[in-house]
This record gives sequence, structure tokens and C-alpha cells, in this order.
Amino acid sequence: MTDPSPAAHQARSAPPGIPGLRFLPALVAALAAAWFLGFVPAVARGEVLTWAVPWVPGLGIELAVLIDGLALAFALMITGIGAGVFLYTASYFKGDPRLTRLQALLMLFAVSMLGLVLADDAITLFVFWEGTTVTSFLLIGFDHAKKEARDKALQALLVTGLGGLALLAGLLLLGLETGTFRLSEMALMGDVLRASDLYLGILVLVLLGAFTKSAQFPFHFWLPNAMAAPTPVSAYLHSATMVKAGVYLLARLSPALGGTEVWIWTLTLVGAVTMLLASVWALRQTDLKLMLAYTTVMALGALVMFLGGGHPAAVKAAATFLIVHALYKASLFLLVGVLDKKAGSREVDALRGLAGAMPLTATLTALAALSMAGFPPFLGFIGKELKYEGALAVASEPVFVAGAAVLANALMVACAGLVAVRPFVGRTRRAPKDRPADPPVGMWLPPAVLAVLGLAFGVFPDLLLGRTLIEPIATAILGEPFALTLKLWHGINLPLLLSLLTFALGLTLYLLAPRVRRALAGAEAGGLPAAEGGYDAALSATKGVAAWQTRVIQGGRITVYLRVTFALLALLIWGAVLTGTGPWPAFDIDVPLLHWAIVGLIAVSAVAIVLTRSRLAAICALGAVGAGVAILFVLYGAIDVAMTQLLIEILVVVFIAIALLRLPRIPAGLPRRWGDAALAAALGLGVAVALVAVLGGDLGRELTAYFEANSAPEALGRNIVNVILVDFRALDTLGEIAVVVIAAVAAIAALTARRTKGRRP
Amino acid sequence: MELILAALVGLLVAAGAYLMMSGYLVRFLFGLVLLSNAANLAIFAAGRLTYAAPPLIPEGALAPGGPVGNALPQALILTAIVIGFGLFAFALALSFRAYNALGTAEMNAMRHAEPVPAPTPTAAAETERPA
Repeated sequence: MTDPSPAAHQARSAPPGIPGLRFLPALVAALAAAWFLGFVPAVARGEVLTWAVPWVPGLGIELAVLIDGLALAFALMITGIGAGVFLYTASYFKGDPRLTRLQALLMLFAVSMLGLVLADDAITLFVFWEGTTVTSFLLIGFDHAKKEARDKALQALLVTGLGGLALLAGLLLLGLETGTFRLSEMALMGDVLRASDLYLGILVLVLLGAFTKSAQFPFHFWLPNAMAAPTPVSAYLHSATMVKAGVYLLARLSPALGGTEVWIWTLTLVGAVTMLLASVWALRQTDLKLMLAYTTVMALGALVMFLGGGHPAAVKAAATFLIVHALYKASLFLLVGVLDKKAGSREVDALRGLAGAMPLTATLTALAALSMAGFPPFLGFIGKELKYEGALAVASEPVFVAGAAVLANALMVACAGLVAVRPFVGRTRRAPKDRPADPPVGMWLPPAVLAVLGLAFGVFPDLLLGRTLIEPIATAILGEPFALTLKLWHGINLPLLLSLLTFALGLTLYLLAPRVRRALAGAEAGGLPAAEGGYDAALSATKGVAAWQTRVIQGGRITVYLRVTFALLALLIWGAVLTGTGPWPAFDIDVPLLHWAIVGLIAVSAVAIVLTRSRLAAICALGAVGAGVAILFVLYGAIDVAMTQLLIEILVVVFIAIALLRLPRIPAGLPRRWGDAALAAALGLGVAVALVAVLGGDLGRELTAYFEANSAPEALGRNIVNVILVDFRALDTLGEIAVVVIAAVAAIAALTARRTKGRRP
Repeated sequence: MELILAALVGLLVAAGAYLMMSGYLVRFLFGLVLLSNAANLAIFAAGRLTYAAPPLIPEGALAPGGPVGNALPQALILTAIVIGFGLFAFALALSFRAYNALGTAEMNAMRHAEPVPAPTPTAAAETERPA
């Protein structure tokens, strides 16, 4: 779980290119962010901007875009944090030939993510949703030479991809139920949806998609494993943007699906469990990046929990915390990357006393961590106060929710200390690298901007953030206009007291951190159940079933292949017969004795071929079958067919006779194969019954009538069958001739090819 | 008559399938021929039978005088017979070649493309690894 070492690649020269080109992605993202900023005044006034073009008109799928508070907030995070991350990446991977690939993938991801949050059409949303899944897979596995990175990438792909499939099903059901694929129209039909019989099914499928994407328990394990990706990727995808796609989806569909008992309980419980487990496990980590990953899972759990509450105060908390978390978490990830690069390690115990050598890094880390811990006057403080306010307002279980929030936040305080204090304080400097130093501007500017924003928003919350973004976000989530004010100082109330309790608890946990970690490690060694075990078991079970199925069905025995094919055919035919409806034909077997005799001859001959061990008798019987069929054709007016049948039948018999002289005898005393006999009987009976069923239906004779009416006037032919073959369907006949020629060429090739050496056992 | 043919088709299919599953090249070829015949008869019967009235137009007329045999299935069967023969001829040549190259007429013994995993421990590990 170490970052790829660019140094190893620096030996190879970077590809030639325009100098400064590596900063282009950052520039593009910054321009996009500025463009999106231009929408803020309109959205803050409560406007919702839409734009749509037909995409797949036949299926009613549109490329519809909608910009409301929620979409705009995400778009700003994607482009704004994106600009910072791209700039950081250009420095972080400077001189590394893989930089171009990384930037291309990051841009691809940014576009997918933007499409996801801007989409108003459910199908468009899903397409971009899968786009983020795939780019996330490629980015986690960026260091593809390492097996570990590939495994983790696959794990993330499978978990989020399966969730994506569930989401697709859920969205399609939503579309069927509401009659529209516009998310904005679905949002207005909440009452219809909540009363629908399909509601529970839709909810389960959508929640599966959201929970896997946003790493909720028990699907949380893929996110810490995704830290196999390079640090900028972790900062961007796996903390600030992509993992919030599930949260975004829940927020977006909240007006359509939210508010029911099952919604409230599922989201509150799953979110709370995720939040608590993740914050405990965060403290157990020694790798700072992993620790941050677990705190991200914690934040996602908190967001889900508050979206479940449905109370305006809870929604306000979720909307604020969304921004808070994106700002401090992205900057902390980037700063841990700086530590890794400039001090040589991310291990909490390997770093000490670096403040003197890296003063700027220390300051910035402290700024971001103060917001994470929720100290005033940072935005994190407001976020935390709102969380407590929201938790206390949750109608169902305020004590449980608030208690969980306090505990999780205390653990956040401890983690913030471990990230921002532990590596920098102390008298003796300790770092794996000889000369730790502050990074170049490209690597400190992005986290600096994010951290300072966290402070600025905290000082002027209502002016900069409350009216411009939080209010529109909350309006979009609640589905109705919602006015709020963000304040730094709420007076002395219960949330403030809870805050003080949090700080005290957090400080204690920070001081006890090594002991807590040891205790947790002991618990883990003692066999604490890990959700990842389920993933591993499911994966190996799938592989096991695939191997078993290949052994059984495709084991290389031709008779088995034939049995499987015939059995499937029989199953399909019987399925069609048994599920079909329609009249049976009248029972009519009043035919001349001669016809009976011919049918009897064919039947007896066929049975004889099966029973006889004499090759000569079998060939004779085969000839009798062919001749009998030809006679049937003659009797019922198919003279051309009969002539062809006779000619071909003669050829077949001659060929077989020649070949049999050279092929070995069938060994005597073959066992009767009762299983095969039963299968053959089932198939034969099925075909017979299906044919009878066909005879019970009406025969559409339009084509025949057309050919009968047009053969003479148009094609000047009196033999209708011949006219069809050589005139109306002449191209088919040409194809038929081609098939025969190809078969003949192939047969000649097979017969005249030289014997391959060494093939004979 | 169609119902009788339906029964006959069922019998031919069953016999053909049984022969093809026997695992011996010659019997496989017999089964293939029976199956082709069964398919042709099935198309014929499904198009309904008309006794002794070929789909011909009398000289000087523009359409058949009365009800005649259904021309469409007949055209289909003609094609099917020829294609079936092509398939049979190729299968025959291939069988012949396989017998010459592999030295056996038992289809299950032809394991050149998918060899039987040897029971030695190393080879067993090789094939079991995907599991």
C-alpha cells in the first residue's frame, strides 16, 4: 500500500512534449470551476437551470442537464478540487513518464463525475455513474505492475459495479413506475412512489447502488483498499468526489423516495454503524493515508445518517458537512502525500519533530486538521454544531444518533491530532529521508487554498456559503424551499456543550491513541469478523462454480457436449409447448393404407439403424429411410423435392458405403445407454408434440399466395417451386451453392491434407 | 396425415439423437442423416399437405387451377436437403480425417484440443489453479 515510486521511472526519459503542458488539465478545470461559479447567483436566487437534447429518442432517453444547488455544489467541488489536484499531480509526478496517462484518466473521471451530478435523466446518470466506476478501477490499478494494486482495483470494480447493476434495475423500475426518466419529474411524484407496490424493491436496489458506491457498511472495505492508488487519486476520487456519488444519489432521490419508515431506519442505522466502525478503525491505523481513508468512510456514514433523518436540521447538517469534509479531507490527503514524498514515510510512528524542517506543511496540516476536529472559527466547527443540532432534531432516535455523532467526532479529533500534531512536534527530528523539506509551490498551493477556504467559510459562513450553496442544496434535498442562516456562534446551548464534551473525549483518545491501537490490533488478531471475508468467499465461490461448470459441461468429451445441447433443446421445446396456448388440431389419421405402409417402412428402418450392429444392414436401412421420405414427397405433390431427395440419398449411401470400408467396425456388445435413450425420447416426443401444436394453429399462406399469383405473370415460370428458387429467392440459392462449394473445398482439404507427424498416440 | 408425420418426425429425431450420442463416428453420421430427414419432414408437414397436386401452373394460365401443394415449404426443403448434404459430406470427410490422424473412431478418445489432465500431481495443480 505504498505509493508508486516515480523515482524508479525517472531513469526513463520523460516523453518529449510542450513544456508546461502538464499544467493544462489544472487550467481547464480551473476555468470550468470559474464557469460554474458564474451560476452561483442565479442558483442562490432559487433558480433551477435545465437543458436537454434527445439522445436515444426511440427509448425516450435524453441528455438532460439540470443545475440546482445540489448539482452546482458538486460541480464546484469536482472542478475546484479537481483544479487543485491536477496542479498537485503535475508536481507530484513531475518527470514521470506515466504522468500523461494519470492526467488523462483523471480528466476522464472528472468528466464522468460532472455528467453524473449534472444529469437530470436517470439513464444519463447511470451511464456517467458507470464511467466513474470504470475510471476509478483504472486509477486504483494505476500501478498495474503490482498485483496488489490490480487486486484492489478489481475489488473496487466488482463491489461498485454490482451495486451499479442494482442501481440500473432500480432506476428502470423508477422510470416504469413514474412514466418518466427525468429525475426532476420523479422528485414531484414522491407520494405516488411511496404508495407503490414496487416501492420497497426500488428502494432496496437504489440503496444497494448508493451504499456500495459510498462505501457503507458492509460494503465499506473496498474504500480503504482503494488507497493502493496514487495519493492525488485518493484525495480526488476516494475522498472528495466519487465516493460521494452514492450520497449525491440519496440526496437527489430523497424527495422521490425519502421520508418513509424504512428509508429513515435503513439510512440512519447503516450510516451510524458505518460512521462508528470506521472512526474506531481509523484510530487503529498506523498509515496516515489509511487513517484518512477510514475517516472518509466515517464521513460518508455521517452523511447517509443525516440524509435518513429527513428533518430540515439534519439535511442542513448533511449539506454543510458535505462541503466541510470535501475541503479538509482533500487538503489533508494532499498533505499526507507531501509527507510521504518529502519526509519519506506515511507511518505515524516514523515521523517526529518535522515542524522545523517543514514549517509550511505543518501550518497547512494544522489548518485543515483544525477544521476536521471542528475547532472554531473553522467551517468544521459549524459543521459539527449543525450535526449535533440535526442529530437532536431527528425524531426517531435522537439520543442514539447524537451519541454516535459525539463518539465519532471525538475519534475525529484524535485522528486529526495524529495527522497534524504527532508528525510535527517533538524535540528530535525523525524521518526516513535525510533532509525533509517543504514541497514546491505546485504541491503546497492546492492544499493551502482548500485549508484557507475552510477558515474563510468558517469566519463568514452565511455570506460566503450559507445563502450561496447550503440553502440551495437543502432546498434540492428537501424538495421544497428552505431558508437557513449559518452562524459561527450559536450561543450556549446543547450542541455547544456536546462540542466541549467531544473535545475532551477526543483529547483523551489522542493521548491514549497508541494504547487504543494496540487493543484494537489485539481484537483484530482475535478474529473480529471482517466484511472483506464475505467478498473473498463470494469471489472464490464464483471461481469454484465456474471451474466446476467448465469441468462438467465443457470437459472435452464430445458426447457430453451433444447431451448438453440436446437436453437444452428438449428443455426449450418443452418449455414452449407447455407455456403456449392455442387449439390442438382435429385428430385425423384416415389415410390410405399405402401411406401408412411407407411411414411404417421409414419408422422400422430408423429403429433398425439404432438396433443393428451390422454395418451393411444399417446402410440399407438408411437408404430405405431416404427413399421412403422421397416417396412421401412424391405423394404429396413435391416432385422437385422428391427428385433431389432421391439423388442426394443415393450419394449419401454411396459415400457412407465407401467410408465404412475404411472406418473401423463398431465394437460388438455396446452397453444400452438408457439415459441417452430417455433424453432422445424426450427430445423426439417434444419435437412431435411441438409439430402437432404448430398444426393446430392457422397457417399464414400470404407468401405462398403471392408466389402462386406472380410466378407466371412476372417470372414467366410455371413451376412455382423452381421460380421461387431461381428467381424470387435467387440470392438465397446462390448462398446455398456457396455453402456446398465451401463444404466441398473443406472436405477435399480434410481428405488430402498430409498426415500430421506425431499426432497419432 | 400431418399428425402421422409429426409422430414419424419425433421418432426420427429420437433415433438420430440417440445415434449421435453414441460416441462412434459411424453411428454419429447415421444420426446426422436421420436428423436432416426429420427436419425436412417437419417443414413439409408444418406447411400442410395436399395430396397429389404439385404446385404447377397449367400451360397458358396465370395461376394454378385449383388448390395445389404449398410451394414455399417445398422451396425451403430443397435448400435444406442440399445444405444438409453439404454438412453430411463435410462431416464424413472430417470423420475420416480424424480417424486417420488420431487413430481412433471413438469420439471421446479424441482429446487433442482438450487433453485429459494427467493424474500426476504437477499437472493436476496446473489445471486446478483457476479454482
